[in-house]
Amino acid sequence: MKPAAFDYVRAESLDEALDVLAAEGADATILAGGQTLVPMLNMRMARPRVVLDIMRLPGLDRIDIAEGAIRVGATVRQRALERQADLGKHQPLLAAALPWIGHAQTRNRGTVCGSVANADPSAELPLVLVALRGEIELRSRRGARRAAANAFFTGIMSTERKDDELIEAVSFPTAHAGAGYAFREIGRRHGDFAIVACAAVVDTHKARLAIGGVADRPILRELPLPGSADLTDALDAFAADLDARDDLHATAAYRRALVRRLGLQTLQEAAACRA
Amino acid sequence: MPRLMAASSHRVSFTLNGRVVSGEAEPRMLLSDFIRHVLGATGTHVGCEHGVCGACTVQIDGAPARSCLALAVQVEGADIRTVEGLAPAADRLSPLQNAFRDNYGLQCGFCTPGILMSLDALLDERPNVSEAEIREFLSGHLCRCTGYASIVKSALAAARQRREDRVYA
Repeated sequence: MKPAAFDYVRAESLDEALDVLAAEGADATILAGGQTLVPMLNMRMARPRVVLDIMRLPGLDRIDIAEGAIRVGATVRQRALERQADLGKHQPLLAAALPWIGHAQTRNRGTVCGSVANADPSAELPLVLVALRGEIELRSRRGARRAAANAFFTGIMSTERKDDELIEAVSFPTAHAGAGYAFREIGRRHGDFAIVACAAVVDTHKARLAIGGVADRPILRELPLPGSADLTDALDAFAADLDARDDLHATAAYRRALVRRLGLQTLQEAAACRA
Repeated sequence: MPRLMAASSHRVSFTLNGRVVSGEAEPRMLLSDFIRHVLGATGTHVGCEHGVCGACTVQIDGAPARSCLALAVQVEGADIRTVEGLAPAADRLSPLQNAFRDNYGLQCGFCTPGILMSLDALLDERPNVSEAEIREFLSGHLCRCTGYASIVKSALAAARQRREDRVYA
């Protein structure tokens, strides 16, 4: 339960950080809040040659709410976003999901972008980013690009981030007038990994539901509006398509049942809070 | 840009309970081990070493956090508080510690230092904290004696005491 040896680099500017990533490639791992990486180092599931600490980079600790999006910089801790004034007004789904991430003691350290970068299939922030159709801003020596959340997550703990890229920020679209949002999760205990997590967005014409904890990444699907007769069948089909597996925490059948029931409740709640 | 090589030890300095301290650490050394083995402050306990149990919780720049999920080299220059920093004097307990003593808030005591550091920050931030908020905060700590009822009772008593002290201060 102690990390294997690595070099530790404390980058002092974005340029320095990108230089290290360009030079070291897959041998370097980015360290931000450390709440996913350090357990993996301790258990030696990760054995990087170089750990690149980005937490002292200037200018990446900003939360900007403008132009229809909440842009969260690379070093913003989950707790800071949770405490952002009027977050629930700007994006109720984000405000509802944040308290479900780990515990207050881990949110004090863990970053928003770090959770997105690590892409745990049961993590709340990738799920919310997918449900809202958010974006990830990546930067490398080669340039900057934006990736859509839906295509960014490629599997268990894997994304389409290239080895030389740093997630500079993620953007969560702000709430639309007339849309309702809801988040629900079932775990064994509060703070445990989600067995199933649901994020729903409902407006006057359409409903969409994103599910975490079941497939190898968060999956989003457009569904009939709550109250329409064909929603039950559509939810059954969604649950079946998610390819749930048995594991230590829950059976596949239980996960499918949760997708149908908790998914329905989440959609109904989102419809009820339509503003 | 500092690059600290894997095989050598490097000087790490930060403030521990109000005093500037320093010691040598390899990059891979966890803050929990640095506090206990290099600085000799063994009040902080180490349980699971992957962030689940909460025994090693300390305050980093005022915020409770797992010291097993931070590298010593990461907290260079930070302000760290551990359970040793709670008591106002060697022969006096803090009101929070007294509340745990009065309400049987500890049995074996292994989880207690971490819980105290979490609650100390919580009570500072929310003087009128509710039982539900205390329980939510305690979800980040495991007590294998399962003495949670007395821990919650102790926390509520400490919160009450703090409010009274404030009124008469």
